[in-house]
Amino acid sequence: MLTEAHAIPPASRTSQGPLAIEARGLVKRFDETLAVDGVDISVPEGAIYGILGPNGAGKTTTLRMLLGIIDPDEGLRRVFGHDRPQEIARLIGYLPEERGLYPSMRCDEAIAFMGALRGVPIGEGKRRGRELLEEHGLGHAVEKKIRALSKGMAQTVQLLGTLVHRPKLVVFDEPFSGLDALNQGKLERMIRRLAEDGTTVIFSTHVIHHAERLCNDVAIIASGKVPYAGSVDAARDRIPAQVRLETRRGDGEWLRALPPSTERESKAGGGHFWYFPLPETGIEALMRDLIEGEAGVLSFSVERAGLHDAFVEIAGEAAARALEADAQGAAA
Amino acid sequence: MMHETARLGLWHAAYVMARRDFRAILFSKAFVLFLLGPLFFIGISLVAGTLGARAAESAAPARLAVALPQAEAAAFERAYAYLDRAVNLPPMRAVPVDSAHDSTRLLADPAANFGAVVTGSLAAPRLIGTEERLESWRGEVALIVAEAQGGGSGAIPDIALEPTKTSVATQRSARVATATGAITLLFLLTMLLAGMVLSNLVEEKANKIIEILAAAIPMDAVFLGKLLAMLALSFVGIAVWGSLVLVGVAVGGAALPALPVPAVGWPLFVLVFVLYFSMAYLLIGSVFLTIGSMAPTVRDVQTISMPATIMQLAVFFLATFAMNSPGSPVELFAAIFPLSSPYAMVARAAQSMAMWPHLAALVWQAIWVALFVRSGATLFRRKVMKSGPSKRATKAA
Repeated sequence: MLTEAHAIPPASRTSQGPLAIEARGLVKRFDETLAVDGVDISVPEGAIYGILGPNGAGKTTTLRMLLGIIDPDEGLRRVFGHDRPQEIARLIGYLPEERGLYPSMRCDEAIAFMGALRGVPIGEGKRRGRELLEEHGLGHAVEKKIRALSKGMAQTVQLLGTLVHRPKLVVFDEPFSGLDALNQGKLERMIRRLAEDGTTVIFSTHVIHHAERLCNDVAIIASGKVPYAGSVDAARDRIPAQVRLETRRGDGEWLRALPPSTERESKAGGGHFWYFPLPETGIEALMRDLIEGEAGVLSFSVERAGLHDAFVEIAGEAAARALEADAQGAAA
Repeated sequence: MMHETARLGLWHAAYVMARRDFRAILFSKAFVLFLLGPLFFIGISLVAGTLGARAAESAAPARLAVALPQAEAAAFERAYAYLDRAVNLPPMRAVPVDSAHDSTRLLADPAANFGAVVTGSLAAPRLIGTEERLESWRGEVALIVAEAQGGGSGAIPDIALEPTKTSVATQRSARVATATGAITLLFLLTMLLAGMVLSNLVEEKANKIIEILAAAIPMDAVFLGKLLAMLALSFVGIAVWGSLVLVGVAVGGAALPALPVPAVGWPLFVLVFVLYFSMAYLLIGSVFLTIGSMAPTVRDVQTISMPATIMQLAVFFLATFAMNSPGSPVELFAAIFPLSSPYAMVARAAQSMAMWPHLAALVWQAIWVALFVRSGATLFRRKVMKSGPSKRATKAA
């Protein structure tokens, strides 16, 4: 089952420091369906890490394997150096995609129960629960039953239950789904605060801008495979930056400095727009050619590629369309 | 370090689950209904009482021992054979006349299964047995004696009645009734509880909390915690009902009919009943939990729990049937088959004094409880904890 390629070296570190999660060649089949097909992931400690992909891509199954809820058919995973993540359950907090709480429990009891599952004594859990509720503006709801809360408040209570045992690693499966813009903003701030405190946060999402705004690193997952895993910057840099140039003149020797794929757009009142990828020779050489060739530069801007463009480039048009459809569906 | 980071152990995690479930259910409407369960039981026991009476009747019928001088015994047998064609007489067997000297021993011999002894002579017959049996058989014996005497006078001779405290046949019949009552009570309690544990799991599925539990603690602990919580609740129920019964006994004890004493005596019988009740519930409860956790929707839970309910009924009928033939292959099968074992063994406790089979049976049943819980948890992990089927439907290589 385990091949040489899947072996995890003993030193679980990268240039970014020690790894919180390391997975090699994870494979999971459900009956005849190959849900996850050889996923490799490395999550540095203290990072905010996103798993980005459309619904059905294998995000949840990957997270469940990383947490030890299910075992992979092939491959290895290691969380904080442990091959069996269940053995360090007290270091991990998990918010599944399908949110759930006991409706008859009070808010502080619900948080304390989730803490008790991770080893926090009930009394201590209630105390911490009340503190967390106060801290997040839900002090008035401490004694309220879950069934009496709004959906957003119930989600916040569950989120606090995920954090009550002060985990070193927090795993969120589609944490933004079902939240309004206000609560999405609150959650983003909470995730950033966790990372500032040294907690590793890994979350799955099908909304690119959440990953782009929050994550240091992402894994792009499509059809059970991870075609890219690395920093968000490196993903964006896979697509050359786009130059938008505005000139008075439309001809001249300077045109040789522009790449063959350049697109031209002439303005009605005179002047021209030029769109092309930034040449490998760099901005300085290009600018020199334009000035010496008397192109009559009116404006010049370089636009770095977004994560969406990177996703299209890496995962393909079909996956990108599925991702957009999921995001629109969630928003609707 | 490991201690602070490690997942909760099986029993600690099961305790956390059990505590939650116990508190949640204790103050729920479902528990009130559970406490009202005995009313349901009274209705069902009227039906089961009929079954029990039939079972008691179908238990090996008591025989009449004939301890008369040889010639008179032969005349008695001829008269018996003649009358048996027209009258429904109890089965009889001639015994040596000197054995009548110790009629108590004769009536206590479990192999002979005698209900009463006719002794003395045809001119002055005496009938020895329990009062109930004497009352029941005196007419038949008088008829046979009259026929054996010649039958010409038409006079019915006087039979001297010598009542004893008990006989094996009476005792056996009474113990069958005790066994029937115990099996019926066991069945009803386990059905009520298994239904409750299933509803509890359905609630869990509806609340979508199961994945949080699966991520934090062993699935075995989730199952075990749920089972133990319900078991503890059932003990609360039993304590409430038991207290009411004790109050009833204290208030109107004299007016209440005496219950037949089981073979192992009441204190031990109550103990083994509680133990077998726990095992019967844990066994069927773990099956119901497995079914409940495997079913994708609440409706599916109700549909696929039906076969388990039918199986439970079959187990009840098997045990009821088997208790009439102690030591038979059917009874042995019922005692070994895990789901029927608690029922068959509680019937044994009512009818047989041997204690070691109960120790063996309890260990055997505990092994099966552990197996059922482990299999249920494994199946749950393998079959349920997966995302919805992918539209890609990529075939595994």
